[in-house]
Amino acid sequence: MTPLLTTKGLSRSFGGLRAVDNVDFALMPGEIRAVIGPNGAGKTTFVSLISGRIQPSAGTIVFDGADITGLPTYVRVRRGIAYTFQITSVFANLSVYDNVALPVQLTLSDIRSKDALRTGVMSALERTGLADRAHMPAGQLSYGHQRLLEVAMGLALKPRLLILDEPTQGLADGEIDNFIELVRDIAKSATVLLIEHNMPVVMQLADRITVFNAGRILAEGTPEAIRENKAVQEAYLGTAP
Amino acid sequence: MHFGPHLLLATLEGLVTSAVLALTALGLSLVFGVMRVVNVAHGEFFMLGAVLAWAITTAISGHPALGFLAALVIAPLIVGAIALVAERLVLRRLNYNPEATIVATIGMLYIIQQLALTFYGPEARPVEPPFSYRILLPWFGYSGYKLSIIAASALLLIATWLVLTRTKIGLIMRATQYDSETAQAFGIPVGRVYGGVFALGAMLAAIAAVLIVPISQAHYLMGQDPLLLSFIVVIIGGLGSLRGTVVAAVLIGLSDGIISMFFSPTLAKIIATLLVAMVLVFRPQGLFGTAAR
Amino acid sequence: MSEASPAKAYALHLGVIVLLFVLSFLLPDYYHGLLARIMVLAVFAMGYNMLFGYVGLLSLGHAMFFGAGLYGAGLAIIQLGWSVPAAFAAGLACGAALALIIGLLALRTTGVAFMIVTMMFAQVFYLAILYFAAWTGGDQGQVVPQPARVLTFGATSLDLTNPTMRYMTALGLFSLVLLITLAVVRSSYGRVLVAIRENEERTRMLGYDTFSNKLAAVVVSGTICAASGAAYALLFGYVGSSFASVQYSILPLLWVLLGGAATTLGPLIGTLFMYYVIDLTSGYTSAYLLIVGIALILLVLFFPKGILGTIRQRWLGWLP
Repeated sequence: MTPLLTTKGLSRSFGGLRAVDNVDFALMPGEIRAVIGPNGAGKTTFVSLISGRIQPSAGTIVFDGADITGLPTYVRVRRGIAYTFQITSVFANLSVYDNVALPVQLTLSDIRSKDALRTGVMSALERTGLADRAHMPAGQLSYGHQRLLEVAMGLALKPRLLILDEPTQGLADGEIDNFIELVRDIAKSATVLLIEHNMPVVMQLADRITVFNAGRILAEGTPEAIRENKAVQEAYLGTAP
Repeated sequence: MHFGPHLLLATLEGLVTSAVLALTALGLSLVFGVMRVVNVAHGEFFMLGAVLAWAITTAISGHPALGFLAALVIAPLIVGAIALVAERLVLRRLNYNPEATIVATIGMLYIIQQLALTFYGPEARPVEPPFSYRILLPWFGYSGYKLSIIAASALLLIATWLVLTRTKIGLIMRATQYDSETAQAFGIPVGRVYGGVFALGAMLAAIAAVLIVPISQAHYLMGQDPLLLSFIVVIIGGLGSLRGTVVAAVLIGLSDGIISMFFSPTLAKIIATLLVAMVLVFRPQGLFGTAAR
Repeated sequence: MSEASPAKAYALHLGVIVLLFVLSFLLPDYYHGLLARIMVLAVFAMGYNMLFGYVGLLSLGHAMFFGAGLYGAGLAIIQLGWSVPAAFAAGLACGAALALIIGLLALRTTGVAFMIVTMMFAQVFYLAILYFAAWTGGDQGQVVPQPARVLTFGATSLDLTNPTMRYMTALGLFSLVLLITLAVVRSSYGRVLVAIRENEERTRMLGYDTFSNKLAAVVVSGTICAASGAAYALLFGYVGSSFASVQYSILPLLWVLLGGAATTLGPLIGTLFMYYVIDLTSGYTSAYLLIVGIALILLVLFFPKGILGTIRQRWLGWLP
């Protein structure tokens, strides 16, 4: 099987700091991959390079067999790479419906069809449990619901790769359980790349884990293998296994 | 006259323009640099300075130098006070939001211009120069007063530079410019710094106007050209850079004189404005500035 | 914006159009002529609002688009002897082409730089009109001759200098642009524009080419403003450089701020209200720029949402 996404020698420095340093990475279609690592390890920079929010200093990114290194963000999104923000950035003044309508209308072949739009929006809202709040302004949603709306917006793009940047941050325990179910549901139709600090979530969800440290990949493997890995324990898990 | 002396004359005239322009543009640049406010009413502060200079010199009898010196001190103070009030009443309440403050300063422009028309009238009125000594060069005589404008402007620019780089006030201003929130956290009264900078910017324009008014007369619409030229200088020189502002002012002042000898003034303005717009589009940090932070 | 009550919104807009139609038969001559002028200028304001209100791009140079329409149509008649429809089309084409060029350049900048750049391009346009005075008439301007302002369809001819005809033509253009605005705002494209205004980076991350969308908005906005300028030349028969001056870039901003940015009817309300205030005070003072200045400051200080924006926020959430 060919990987959905690969990076070769991917690097990005800010001033003298090499935030992402010569990373070779491969992601198989259909898997749930977690990216973990201490703060400042370069995880967010890494996924920002993949989504196109920032440009690499060196290296290439290949998605679905095509080199996307030089492509602008919006083209990558249209090719199937969706990104949900670490800091919630839904359109606060727009209704929940309109927030999701934006990505849905992009995927419709006939953008004049109000019915198709409505169906698409409501199905994304139902999957995330927000259907009854469709007409609220997004800014009035609770924090947890705003995180879900972020995911709904990502889902609505019908992505082949969904990047979730710390999706459970700030969620209550009950919300986290629902969230895990949601990600499993998403994974049936998309590959998921998950940056996450919450280790129980990572261990439950991930098929494989990639550990970042100081801009490089320190280790990669199944959750069990990572749990047993001495280098990882030293760098990251040592204090809180 | 031969080409050489002709060029010398054009250069001298250009330097006078540069001197006044550098002061005016420096005011605009300081306000933008420290407060991130684009003051569209800056040209009206210039005009107010000239109109007040006329009023003061007319009110004071005796030797023209007496009235002129009084104007040079009093006019900028009055203009500074007006600017301070405007800053307190309007800009501060807008939290210095860049777009809202532009709209508000456009409002100020209209108000000041219209009040000047109402109270001062549509006439252009002369102000007598403080002295009328002519320096005799081998080829032509040249106004000693014009040369003194260049000297006065240079002195003021050096003084401003010293204040900005060598004094505590300058340090406070630079700290505020760099990061107003951190400055606030370190106990710098950012609100007062902003008020002071806005007043100082207006005063620099007023001083420039008082200096130039014996040559150019006072008129209620005279603020428009200095505003445009100051914008050009500040954009070319790099926003908020003192050195860039002075270099650009000399460049624009000299080329303005020389270009208008070869082209019609309107065509010169068209070319200059278009070029500057292109600089802003393709090189927003200015020709002499470094990349934005 | 929301899906709710489209019927109410359409009913309101049709109501406004019907009201303006009925007013044509009720108003005394002076106000009849003034309202025709206001409707044409409200089209200018609606074009401005398209960019400022919905996309959040504050231009200080829209006089050049109005001027492009004004001179495009006016000079086509005066210098080239074109018919009214051809001249109107020429005005639109000039505005659209200028907007495309200005958009390609100015959209490379954002925020304050965008405001200054648009102002400078408009200044270049204004100075160019003065410079080519032999053709444009310079600051004296030119009159579009009355006989040329007649629309002929075979046997019937419509005289645009006739007050009723002029009013109805102005109303026709106003209604058309109002309904176009309403349709755009309610369309998926309108949703993208608002999203760009709210958070451009996020919109890009949802797969939108925000530059192209903004460019399209500049062209639509510029073309609507040009339509207003072209109609002004044809209906009121005068082209002059003052219509391309900085002041005419500030006025649509003032009208839109006053009426309510990002509301479909705000531009009309703002234009109407401002003319009313100036008319009301003209007995006391000729210093109408003073009123414009004070109004601008008071609006940004105390009333940034404008009349309809405030009404929408407080009472009528469904207003488009």
